[in-house]
Amino acid sequence: MDLKTKRKFTNKVALTLSVGTMVFGLFWLAWILWTVLELGVGGLSLSLFTEMTPPPGAEHGGLLNAIVGSLILVGMGTLIGAPIGVLAGVYLAEYGRTTLFGKVTRFVNDLLLSAPSIVIGLFVYALIVANTGKFSAFSGAVALALLVIPIVIRTTENMLMLVPGTLREAAFALGAPKHVVITRVTLRAARSGVVTGVLLAVARIAGETAPLLFTSLSNQFWSVSMSEPIASLPVTIFQFAMSPFEDWQRLAWAGVLLITLGVLGLNIIARVALRAEKLS
Amino acid sequence: MENTDKVISGPAQIAFRNFNFYYGNFHALKNVNFEMEKHKVTAFIGPSGCGKSTLLRTINRMYDLYPHQRAEGEILLNGENLLDPKVDVTSLRARVGMVFQKPTPFPMSIYDNIAFGVGLHEKLNRTEMDERVEWALRKAALWGEVKDKLSQSGMSLSGGQQQRLCIARGIAVKPEVVLLDEPTSALDPISTARIEELIDELKEDFTIVIVTHNMQQAARISDYTAYMYLGELIEFGNTDQIFMKPKQKATEEYITGRFG
Repeated sequence: MDLKTKRKFTNKVALTLSVGTMVFGLFWLAWILWTVLELGVGGLSLSLFTEMTPPPGAEHGGLLNAIVGSLILVGMGTLIGAPIGVLAGVYLAEYGRTTLFGKVTRFVNDLLLSAPSIVIGLFVYALIVANTGKFSAFSGAVALALLVIPIVIRTTENMLMLVPGTLREAAFALGAPKHVVITRVTLRAARSGVVTGVLLAVARIAGETAPLLFTSLSNQFWSVSMSEPIASLPVTIFQFAMSPFEDWQRLAWAGVLLITLGVLGLNIIARVALRAEKLS
Repeated sequence: MENTDKVISGPAQIAFRNFNFYYGNFHALKNVNFEMEKHKVTAFIGPSGCGKSTLLRTINRMYDLYPHQRAEGEILLNGENLLDPKVDVTSLRARVGMVFQKPTPFPMSIYDNIAFGVGLHEKLNRTEMDERVEWALRKAALWGEVKDKLSQSGMSLSGGQQQRLCIARGIAVKPEVVLLDEPTSALDPISTARIEELIDELKEDFTIVIVTHNMQQAARISDYTAYMYLGELIEFGNTDQIFMKPKQKATEEYITGRFG
């Protein structure tokens, strides 16, 4: 075999292997999506959005309390976590790039980023639930916020680091003080990336179950109180899917479909937002 | 440095006295002494790494942003030492504008790109700001091309237009000195020619200092030329004299292309 034939052969082998692994990965993903669609579509109905989670064997029932509960938990978690994450990300990228404190914070944040969410759940349980003596929507939101913070810190910092140094210098050269440079130029240049990071964090916590089991628990009834246990889609899915009742199982699959579509939608919005900004 | 007298004081004279500059332990500029005249264009030339950009960036104290860079000696702007720790760098930078090698429009509208710097130093009402934006864009020979799309993003302009926007942004603040750091090296020949014409007009209002890699450019547009090599100012003088009959052999060798 001469050199060129050998190269072409090596190229074919490498290409086959990489395409093969890609197909292998996509196959399972497609199967999961198909199963979710197949089993979830049957449970989709108007009553899903208008009725509460039913007792076993009831004729009607929906997921209204779980949907609203999830919206509250995810919304509050993001509201608490995202501003802290963005501010800390700004600190790391603009002020603490080379300082010891910055380096330590970055390292600890990376640890937090890969911390199992069940650990976060137990931590909030010990911190809030054990001290207040009850499960509550508030403690659930705090647990989700703790998951949001490291993600948003990381994406905000990365996006600010991508802003060219010359843009910063240009703003300083006009006599702008540092806080003006950051708020009006660098954060603005990184805006879509920062928003994307927040959206991805929302997508991540929307499906979290483990931290909520120890904190917001669940609630079979309608509740929007932050100091009471609250229903959420992931925990309801967990309970209903494990149950022997067929109507509960059907609702669980419908809930799975809702979360999947929601997360898919958020990812698409995040991507479109990022691309729209790049084009402008 | 009073912010208020910058408008009436007009262009400045700049003088370096026993000036030294360090990047950490590296002695980048060695005992620089010379003066630049008002209303003139002074070009810094020399091979890469000779310190010409470093020298330019000391005049607006850009090096202040970086912790390991420091300057010694004096830089006098109309007689005031701008290295004095009491000098407020934000108002200094309102007196000394700067344009960079690559166009750096801010991610905002063309109008806001200009208004951004002005708003930092002066409180203008809407009409006054409109007038200032138009004045700056006319000075930078960009008004005709952008007057109907002031609300569009500054990033939507071509490279040459972006660079003129950056010049407009710099002069809108009404500085005394405009520093240009290789302003045409990222531009095509036609855009370069426009910027060069512009520089010639701008010296009526401002003192211009330009760093350039292109010796023909220095010869075309500057009144005075400083030749630098390895952190030292080898020769400074009238551009015609530097290019026709340089006093230093090193300058002559660089100008004639025997080295560099």
